[in-house]
Amino acid sequence: MRSIIDILDLSTQEIDSLIKTACDIIDNPDKYAEKCKRKKLATLFFEPSTRTRLSFEAAMYELGGNVIGFSAANNSSAAKGESVSDTVKTVSCYADIIAMRHPKEGAPMVASMAASVPIINAGDGGHNHPTQTLADLLTIYREKGGFDNLTVGLCGDLKFGRTVHSLINALSRYSGIKFILISPEELKLPEYVVNNVLKKKNIPYVETTDLIGAMPELDILYMTRVQRERFFNEQDYIRLKDSYILTPDKLETAKDDLAVMHPLPRVNEISVAVDNDKRACYFKQVLNGKYMRMALILMLLGVE
Amino acid sequence: MVIDSINNGIVIDHITSGKSMLLYQKLGLDKLNCTVAIIKNAPSSKNGQKDIIKIDTLIDIDLDMLGYLDPGVSVNIIKDGTIASKFIPELPEKLVDVIKCKNPRCISQEEQELKHIFKLTDREKRIYRCIYCESKAK
Ligand SMILES: [Zn+2]
Repeated sequence: MRSIIDILDLSTQEIDSLIKTACDIIDNPDKYAEKCKRKKLATLFFEPSTRTRLSFEAAMYELGGNVIGFSAANNSSAAKGESVSDTVKTVSCYADIIAMRHPKEGAPMVASMAASVPIINAGDGGHNHPTQTLADLLTIYREKGGFDNLTVGLCGDLKFGRTVHSLINALSRYSGIKFILISPEELKLPEYVVNNVLKKKNIPYVETTDLIGAMPELDILYMTRVQRERFFNEQDYIRLKDSYILTPDKLETAKDDLAVMHPLPRVNEISVAVDNDKRACYFKQVLNGKYMRMALILMLLGVE
Repeated sequence: MVIDSINNGIVIDHITSGKSMLLYQKLGLDKLNCTVAIIKNAPSSKNGQKDIIKIDTLIDIDLDMLGYLDPGVSVNIIKDGTIASKFIPELPEKLVDVIKCKNPRCISQEEQELKHIFKLTDREKRIYRCIYCESKAK
């Protein structure tokens, strides 16, 4: 039984083929409208994430399938004593595939060891969220035509941002990628990602605190949220927060074909005034997420 | 001190002095009915002193974990009064219920019934990671 827990569970060939399927779905939606007829997706959300759940549900409906599931209002009501393993063994009796979100790291892995149907990790705490990375990859592919020889700027909270770590892992498998890591000192990319991915694979990278200075070089600018609670004191937060807010004037020196991305939801790190810029891709990213989830469901269900 | 030699069984030799009780517990030897001898602070030609464990039966236990718990021990399998085989356990690929994940956000902290499983991710640096949350074993 094949499950997707980590983006690295997929080979680059498989990612290529998912992208190919997603592009075909975009071009020929009718062809896919009944591919999952009579199949059921269970969305097991042990913590709420409305946007991710809606994306999975929309994906399954557009494939002609049905959706069952639950979304816990809070963490405590999630487990009324029942283990993750027992829950998914039960749900395996009803559903053909499960998308699972859980506040605890590794819970979808536990589920995949017990379930008799494929598990898709829809986010496990601050650990993995592979379908977000698939959305990011399809967006980069559609905006840039491929993954090779890109200069990718990652900006904001690089320390705790799981989407950033996962995207670095995924992109590090392509050639000619260069990373510009833009963050305050306090939120730099963790040593283990630098050592185990960038240094180990000899991938060029620059660490800087200067978003404006880095701007002209970038093909991709991936923004993330700088959260107040990540700082030791209020003064540091206030001093730094504006440096990492994207505004139209900061984009003046950027390339014409820059793609500005963000995993959403945003708070204020991208000014609303940027939304009308043709380089803003974050809402396309949401849509791309649905197409990649459709492609992934098809792949895991073995539907041609 | 004389401890009867065994005819069929396992001798774990060259245990770091003082570690024999830890190995006794982790190997689950407390659950055996057969004779088990723990010899502490025996003279050693190598390190001055060593511990030895003798198990008076040929049982199937997870000897691989010794490579993690006390690298350098040697295991002698005794059959019909002679050493049938002798080996030094290597770092195992997997540790099951030998160490616990300490990450408070890990599912293994919430669900008490789960096995604590670690995988060897870097043999050179002896790094094990939790299979659930990928935290490094400390
Ligand atoms: Zn863990």
